[in-house]
Amino acid sequence: MYRYDEFDHTLVKERVTQFRGQVERRLAGDITEDQFKPLRLMNGVYLQLHAYMLRVAVPYGTLSGKQMHMLADIATKYDKGYGHFTTRQNIQYNWPALSDIPAILDDLASVEMHAIQTSGNCIRNVTSDQYAGAAAGEVDDPRIWSEIIRQWSTFHPEFTFLPRKFKFAVCGMNEDRAAIRFHDIGIEVVKGKDGAPAFDIYVGGGQGRTPMIGHLIGEAVPAVDLIAYLESIMRVYNMNGRRDNLYKARIKILVHALGAEEMKRQVEEEFVHVKEKGVVNLPEEEIARIRAYFAPPAYEALPDESSALNEAMADNKKFADWVKTNVAEHKADGYAIANISLKPVGGVAGDASDDQMHVMADLATQYSFDELRVTHEQNIVLAHVKKDDLFALWQGLEKAALGTPNLALITDHIVCPGLDYCALANARSIPISQEIAERFNDLDRQHNIGELKVKISGCINACGHHHVGHIGILGVDKKGTEFYQISLGGSADENASVGDILGPAFTEDEIADAIETIVETYIKIRQEGERFIETYRRVGKEPFKETLYATH
Amino acid sequence: MPLIKNGEFADDNWILVGDEDELPADTPVIVSAARWQAERETLLGRNAPLGVKLEAGEAPELIADDLDRFQLVAVNFPAFKDGRGFSYASLLRDRYGFDGEVRAVGEVLRDQWSLMVRCGFDAFDVADGTKIDAFKEALGEFSHVYQATGDGKKTVWQLRHGG
Repeated sequence: MYRYDEFDHTLVKERVTQFRGQVERRLAGDITEDQFKPLRLMNGVYLQLHAYMLRVAVPYGTLSGKQMHMLADIATKYDKGYGHFTTRQNIQYNWPALSDIPAILDDLASVEMHAIQTSGNCIRNVTSDQYAGAAAGEVDDPRIWSEIIRQWSTFHPEFTFLPRKFKFAVCGMNEDRAAIRFHDIGIEVVKGKDGAPAFDIYVGGGQGRTPMIGHLIGEAVPAVDLIAYLESIMRVYNMNGRRDNLYKARIKILVHALGAEEMKRQVEEEFVHVKEKGVVNLPEEEIARIRAYFAPPAYEALPDESSALNEAMADNKKFADWVKTNVAEHKADGYAIANISLKPVGGVAGDASDDQMHVMADLATQYSFDELRVTHEQNIVLAHVKKDDLFALWQGLEKAALGTPNLALITDHIVCPGLDYCALANARSIPISQEIAERFNDLDRQHNIGELKVKISGCINACGHHHVGHIGILGVDKKGTEFYQISLGGSADENASVGDILGPAFTEDEIADAIETIVETYIKIRQEGERFIETYRRVGKEPFKETLYATH
Repeated sequence: MPLIKNGEFADDNWILVGDEDELPADTPVIVSAARWQAERETLLGRNAPLGVKLEAGEAPELIADDLDRFQLVAVNFPAFKDGRGFSYASLLRDRYGFDGEVRAVGEVLRDQWSLMVRCGFDAFDVADGTKIDAFKEALGEFSHVYQATGDGKKTVWQLRHGG
């Protein structure tokens, strides 16, 4: 993975010093809370319902064991012993004291981490595919390009006071695990004419109150032009994005208003000028330098089949269940990708205790080349595990209550913090997730249902990605009572779609029954081997509406 | 309001005149883009330097053909959150090659100065009581930059490769 050099180190250290000064100026009354707000926000410090919240960047979700240990130590020392992994592949601490934050940033800097641009109207932490470098069929490792974008976007002089926040996602192949079509800019690495990596660039995707699928405006943009092309999009947006209405300020609204064709024309006109200037071009040597950090680890030459794995699976059904759901194909023979679910039934999606973080870090060091990834679906990935080691890994996970075998099943939800933490929320999300998980706790039943992505947001800002859930649940407030609206058919992958709202919302007491009705309807009408999303696409929402509202 | 130019306090002999105000004789004035367009001949006939003020929403393209008439372009920040002026300054310097004074006016925070200098601003209207040391400190907070701008500063990407 990427390692800081003297330049990166200096910058992050200077940022801590700068932020310490900003906190001091605020405490001394030199700046108002209103003036301090964009400064603290640019450094990931939010004021939540009960306390300050600190969001720490995990660039493209990649962590070393040492970094994960530090995240655990921070949870112990400055928080209540846990952290929350987010859909931006970051980690949030819900209970730090403002006065401690400079010290937390010092600790983070010591392991090459920071909270830079994890909030505010700037370019946020770049997200990517959690299977980067491990999935078969990848055109190029998306982390290389994510790191380049991370550096380019860090304290960008021109694009730090944008109309609204700005999110990038990068994937390295046509199988999209990074939801690139739901980002302000989504990038897919493709093969260029010369066979070298090039970039398909989608713009104007997003969720929130107006969900939109991004438009492809840059096709096979060569690497040498990547930064110039991105600068051009950013400049068109910075100058023309709406600033009069917070809810219409994202780039998706600009793209929608102009039309994708006109947006493309304006970007390309700008691009001609930016490219002429020449200075933003990306040096070949720099690409090569960053690429070297993401070279494949030293895999052992192994047969693809592991008899140790097969025997362990035959002997232990629980382990076999975990392998079946949580383990994915790896490009190297004899290796596998292991997913650690942070969705135990009864838990809080994405939360991990300090002890669990230490365990995951140790297991990564022992079994996966000392590297972990946070996924946008709020789980953790060990990307390069020998099949021979899977059983030992699983035993280690089980001891720490991290062996939940439910990846992409009906109990593996994306869940926003909701009204339990968030000042913007209209309704609670966490208890709804817990209730659904308990309802479908039976593992055989979950397996029978198959892949089903449930995503839950506590308000229309859609932090819980409900628009792209196979089943999406949106909490709304009606005269002081929490109601939950259901949508079906959303998908964040390469077949991107926004879910369709089914009908009137349900109360907290009704929601689990409603989900059960939907699932039972699916089971009745599905064809052989058909996933929920495929059935929905075949039949549409009517059969679900009928059964769901028949009794009402 | 005190003026900082090229990193030091400087005398400000420019007068910002409103669209309805009478033009003072023989004094450098800054007018709105609208007034420039409406009273072009009168303004060019004066015997004093001329500046123009761009509001947020008035991109430099509006005055691009006339830039050689101006010794100063002021860019207004109606609120510190409104970052359009960063792009305006970049365009004035890099695209249109303007080499007069580019002055930031309006609501600007201390923590924006260094970014603004990188985009091409060389003058700032600052609040009364601003200390020049604070300005210098703000500009010195970061030793290195990742992005190339018209300020010619070597980027990290260049420095890494002997550039």
